[in-house]
Amino acid sequence: MSEKEVLKSLSPNERKVLPLISLKNVGKIAEKAKLDKTSTLRALEFLSNKGIVKLEFKDKKEIVLGVNGILYQKEGLPERRLLSLLAAKRQMQLEAAAKESKLSENEFKAALGALKKKALVNLEAGKLTLNASPTEISKKMLEEKFLEILPISLDALKDEEKYSFEQLKNRKDIVLLEQKKQVEIEPTALGKQLLKEDLSKVGELIEQLTPDLMQTGKWKGKHFRKYDITSKLPEISGGKRHFVNQAIDYARRVWSEMGFKEMSGTLTQTGFWNFDALFTAQDHPVREIQDTFYIKDIKGKLPDKEIVKAVKKAHEIGVAESKGWQYSWNEEESKRVILRTHTTCLSARTLAILRNAKDKRGKFFAIGKCFRNETLDWSHGFEFNQTEGIVVDKNANFKHLLGYLSEFYKKMGFEQVKFIPSYFPYTEPSVEIYGYMKEKKIWIEIGGAGIFRPEVVVPLLGEYIPVLAWGPGFDRTLMDYYGIKDLRELYKNDISQLRKMKLWIKG
Amino acid sequence: MAVIKFSRKEFEKYVKLNKEIEEKINLLGTPVNSITNGEIEIEVLPNRPDLFSLQGFMNAFLAFLGKKTGLKEYKINKPEKNYEVRIDKSVRDVRPYTACAIIKNLKFDDEKIKEVIDIQEKIHSTLGRNRKKIAIGIYPLEKITLPIKFEARKPKDIKFIPLESDREMNGLQILQQHPAGRDYAYLLEGKDKYPVFVDAAGEILSMPPIINSGKTGKITEKTTDIFIECSGFDFSILKKALNILVAMLADMQGEIYQMNLKYDKPTITPDLSSEKMKISVENTNKLLGLNLNEGDIKKFLERMGYDYKDKQVSVPAWRTDIMHEVDLIEDIAIAYGYDNFTPEIPPISTIGEIDKKEILKKKIAEILTGSGLLEISTYHLLTKEDIGTLKIKSVEVEKSKSDFKVLRPNLLIPALKILSENVDTEYPQSIFELGTVFQENKNEETGIQEQENLVAALTPANFTNAKQALDYLARMLNIELKIKETREEHFIDGRAGQILLDNKEIGIIGEIHPSILTEWHLKMPLACFELRLEEIFKKIS
Repeated sequence: MSEKEVLKSLSPNERKVLPLISLKNVGKIAEKAKLDKTSTLRALEFLSNKGIVKLEFKDKKEIVLGVNGILYQKEGLPERRLLSLLAAKRQMQLEAAAKESKLSENEFKAALGALKKKALVNLEAGKLTLNASPTEISKKMLEEKFLEILPISLDALKDEEKYSFEQLKNRKDIVLLEQKKQVEIEPTALGKQLLKEDLSKVGELIEQLTPDLMQTGKWKGKHFRKYDITSKLPEISGGKRHFVNQAIDYARRVWSEMGFKEMSGTLTQTGFWNFDALFTAQDHPVREIQDTFYIKDIKGKLPDKEIVKAVKKAHEIGVAESKGWQYSWNEEESKRVILRTHTTCLSARTLAILRNAKDKRGKFFAIGKCFRNETLDWSHGFEFNQTEGIVVDKNANFKHLLGYLSEFYKKMGFEQVKFIPSYFPYTEPSVEIYGYMKEKKIWIEIGGAGIFRPEVVVPLLGEYIPVLAWGPGFDRTLMDYYGIKDLRELYKNDISQLRKMKLWIKG
Repeated sequence: MAVIKFSRKEFEKYVKLNKEIEEKINLLGTPVNSITNGEIEIEVLPNRPDLFSLQGFMNAFLAFLGKKTGLKEYKINKPEKNYEVRIDKSVRDVRPYTACAIIKNLKFDDEKIKEVIDIQEKIHSTLGRNRKKIAIGIYPLEKITLPIKFEARKPKDIKFIPLESDREMNGLQILQQHPAGRDYAYLLEGKDKYPVFVDAAGEILSMPPIINSGKTGKITEKTTDIFIECSGFDFSILKKALNILVAMLADMQGEIYQMNLKYDKPTITPDLSSEKMKISVENTNKLLGLNLNEGDIKKFLERMGYDYKDKQVSVPAWRTDIMHEVDLIEDIAIAYGYDNFTPEIPPISTIGEIDKKEILKKKIAEILTGSGLLEISTYHLLTKEDIGTLKIKSVEVEKSKSDFKVLRPNLLIPALKILSENVDTEYPQSIFELGTVFQENKNEETGIQEQENLVAALTPANFTNAKQALDYLARMLNIELKIKETREEHFIDGRAGQILLDNKEIGIIGEIHPSILTEWHLKMPLACFELRLEEIFKKIS
């Protein structure tokens, strides 16, 4: 940019500040430019961006007036007030001096000490005598001079000022040492050149195009001030969805693209749907109160008797040539209400609905919150997101299960997966899916899957049809994507963090 | 899932560890957690307690590798004289069953004793449900005078010196004063008699499921012959647990002897004869999507420790998890190798579908984010303190491990909570949340009514701001909402209204009362609305 161009790019404030940069002090520039300090500083920063001044920010220690310092500047230091009193009386009893000086006990002590040290007074046998000539009395004390030069940088102190500072800093709230950012301002070569220019020659620049300018046509023949379009600006933020919900929406899309229909259902469930219908024995540890949230004082209702009877039989003596768990199944236990521990309960319900359908085939998915009785720390939480898919099909087999899993996880960002035998009470065969994390070069567990056992399917569906099922948790994928290490951050709702959080742009 | 550690030295007496072997261990369904110079740590799933011991694991693993395949047979000796346990009727109400055996000619060393204790603990904590279902006792035979009696006695009539104690205690004292007694006292809670094993000399051997006697209940390196019992409530599971233990001890070169159990109907344990189960080649191929022949099936079953003959599978007596053909089919799949299956997607096309309500919720979120609101997502559980400020009846969970104990009755409380945690963040703050709220309702299946709500909270803001946001939402959804003045404790009087859809109240809008703002340490005026979405869903769809 030429000098002329640069001049055209100056904002009104920059034009006010530019001629003053040789003052080299923000405070003084602000005063002369009749701007507040913040605006002055901002204008200086803009000038610096344009290469007109060089700014150097330094941490400086500055001595400023304390509360008492400000007061004493008006009323005089205690030693000055005591000296004035003695100048009039020449000699006084100590008590009388204390009283008539109207100083506080501390102030009086400090004043007396200071005057004695300067040998302006004598104290003998409780009597205070003036020991100074009128010239000495009228001369400003070092401390008084010091207060007048404040604020001053600690580095800039001369020897006698250092002495005064030492004297005053130990007294209450007279001076304070403050950590301050100081700006050193140095005009650049360009700056020095511009200082020679007559800014008024540039003519009036249009700062902001206004409706008035447009209507009157006054803009004609004038220049617009050039903006520094590369400079950094204060950040704004927009409305957006919570990042967890963005990811959930994505997963929902993945499922529907794969031809799955969404299952919905409540977060509270009876033990019947969450456990019993899924062939989870009533003494299974997962059903214990230290693992699962049970609702206080509330009992739920069981579905129609036919299904309850069939589930009871599956547990007690087995169905479809199974031996079952061989125990006495307790209906009351299955009426207890819990917060669902997995979305698999929704799959069980779906099977029960299909029981009366003509065509029992189908592909279904669910996604949502599940719960476990856990403490809350960086790696534990009592709420987690799970997603769940089932394929009900007479011809479905284990290879298909692995096929769906590979496809699903590819879409969730795992190009490479491997399958390892696993165990769930309600599936057989069962499989644990491991995904390869390219960046970290490790395999991590990303979900469980299997084919529902006949003991699950037969009571609910009324016949055995293979049901492929998988229920990946997905908080881990989520945390990995957003770079979150602490589980608690998922639902912390720190508004400034939410404002900054990137969007989910997978897929 | 149980984490099992084996000494690497002992492990490598059977098979040398390398990458390939490690992968094979994973493919057996026992993922390797870590391998160090001294130890190998694997995870064993709860359906396979027979893999808890090194011997049990190696039997399965060597077969899996194709080395020692088929059903493993053990020699079982008939009971000798007095190898007898009399089960007294008095145990019926406390701990009705026990399954017992005697093992002779063992050669224990420190490592082996540790292994025996380890598997005992693992079975206790998994299959045994912390000793509730199964409690195991192992005793040096030379300290015992056979036959043995299993009976229940009044706590005061039980007197012995328990392990890890130096003085005699009675039944009650053990539960109150002994560390193991205190840990497991709940298992005998409310019983007026406690079970004990007593030998023919009248010595108490143990008080299951709590503790053994120090005199007769501790095995050492010098012990060669042992008496072993499992007690509990389900005889079949006790027999399985006993089978796992005796098989392991036989693998340690012990000789298994049966015992006569004098129940009303006398019986003999242990019984290691296999159970028979049918398997069909067709079912196997159908479920796995493979094309195996009978020979393949025989081979794979043998690699999983079974025998196969004429469509019949002999299932080892220590397998606790085989209750249906599918369990055998899974084992065939494991032997075939999960890594050898080719994943396949059947060429059937189906139409996907997202839940209608979810689509609407997404639209609502789009409208609100479009007007600059930021979505929050909060826990469904709140603390009692959170609920405290707004007096609302709410649903509680039992024994939460954290302070979060109450299901949220509305979304306003979580919104206030989040804003109060963000008082020092740049204003204005405009947030919303879509989520489930809970309230008791006897008509519902779970006794709890769950509703989808929407809350929007703006700060600093006044009624006008909230009303404008609500109006915009209503316009975009093409529904007509009316406001009817109402009085609500936590809103400023005259600035609160019910939100009506077709004259039905579906929510509330207003400026929050300063007393509530102060309680939440909020610094700015706040206006908000909360809507139940159900009626809107109905209206729109």
